[in-house]
Amino acid sequence: MQVDSGGSGKKGERKKMDTRVDFTPMVDMIMLLLTFFMLATTLSKPQTMEIALPSKEKGDEKNQTLAKASEAVTLYLGADNKVYYFMGEPDLTTPNFLKSTTYAADGLRALILNKNRKAVTQVNELKDKKLRLQITQEQYDKELSKIKVQDGTPTVIIKPLDNSNYDNLVSALDEMLITSVGKYAITEVDENDKKMLTNSGVDFAVKK
Amino acid sequence: MPKIKVKRKDTWIDMTPMSDVMVLLLTFFMLTSTFLKPEPVTVATPLSVSEIKIPEKNVMSVLISPTGQVFLDIDNPNDRIAALEKMASAYNIQLTDKEKYEFSIATSFGFPMQSFKQFMALPEEKRNEELPKLGIPKDSTDNQFKGWVLAAREVKGKDMVIAIKADSETPYTSIKSVMGSLQDLKENRYNLITSLREVETTPAATAAK
Repeated sequence: MQVDSGGSGKKGERKKMDTRVDFTPMVDMIMLLLTFFMLATTLSKPQTMEIALPSKEKGDEKNQTLAKASEAVTLYLGADNKVYYFMGEPDLTTPNFLKSTTYAADGLRALILNKNRKAVTQVNELKDKKLRLQITQEQYDKELSKIKVQDGTPTVIIKPLDNSNYDNLVSALDEMLITSVGKYAITEVDENDKKMLTNSGVDFAVKK
Repeated sequence: MPKIKVKRKDTWIDMTPMSDVMVLLLTFFMLTSTFLKPEPVTVATPLSVSEIKIPEKNVMSVLISPTGQVFLDIDNPNDRIAALEKMASAYNIQLTDKEKYEFSIATSFGFPMQSFKQFMALPEEKRNEELPKLGIPKDSTDNQFKGWVLAAREVKGKDMVIAIKADSETPYTSIKSVMGSLQDLKENRYNLITSLREVETTPAATAAK
């Protein structure tokens, strides 16, 4: 419909009614709502981390692959964001056997990266390949899981102490993800661990 | 010779197609978006670099507050009712339709079954006020948490995903007791809900390259 919006009509001519409605404010509002919904939907989806714990059944204990001592790293997650660790075989007698580190990039991560250098290099190469679209996602996933559990990669045993918190556990698991460690387990602290912790002067009781 | 009339330009732009499209988009986003349900206790989830998203359906979420209280949420209202019925019959509670309905539309729940009747009799605002003080009992003498998990697993089948959402400050002992209860029921796979953290390339990682 062609309607003259100006008032330039000739004298005497009947003024035509302007039927146009200004949509601008409506469009403004809708734009605002749209932006809100778009942002709200993408931001509200939480991330997750998938973990599988060993089952408590007795029969499964045999299936638990005994880690080679040379490849084992045992981490104790302690209070105040500290991590105590030892490599290889446990030693129940030596005082201060456990070394301590933190969750910072130059602490735990550097430690495990050092142990897992071979796998990390391979994972980086693989990621590079995927970026250049030389392999598909499926191939990538398959290769990745193969690299992560190959011989020579460390087995990390995570033992959270009672005075640690949830954040510590997630941070430790996160480091496993960053450093491409495929073999890790969360287990409870046993009597031998307690002995070692006491020898090294680590407090593992819950603060009241 | 007539004067050349300069036609006045009409500056009015027709917004109708634009608003049409926008309304369409808006409707799409409104319908597809799912809103976060309010939770009885606010938890600040720890950060991680994991980018896996939580599945949308068939999720049972376990909420653990910084003080160790446990709350549960089952996503489908019908499944909630079915799980509640199982628990109620185990604790000899007669449910009314009103209670079932109100339970199905409520947010995360967490109360001892013994006080279910009293709790549901409260008006809604009062319930929201009371809920953060309660929690599902999970001590060895009366482990109702296990009961709920069993009921939910029966209702939802083997594809149900268990998501654990806990505060960064939650002590490990609380997590241990929850995971221990789940392990007793042979539930060994969980999703830990985290917030995204940007992964920074460390000097060590590039050195290893």
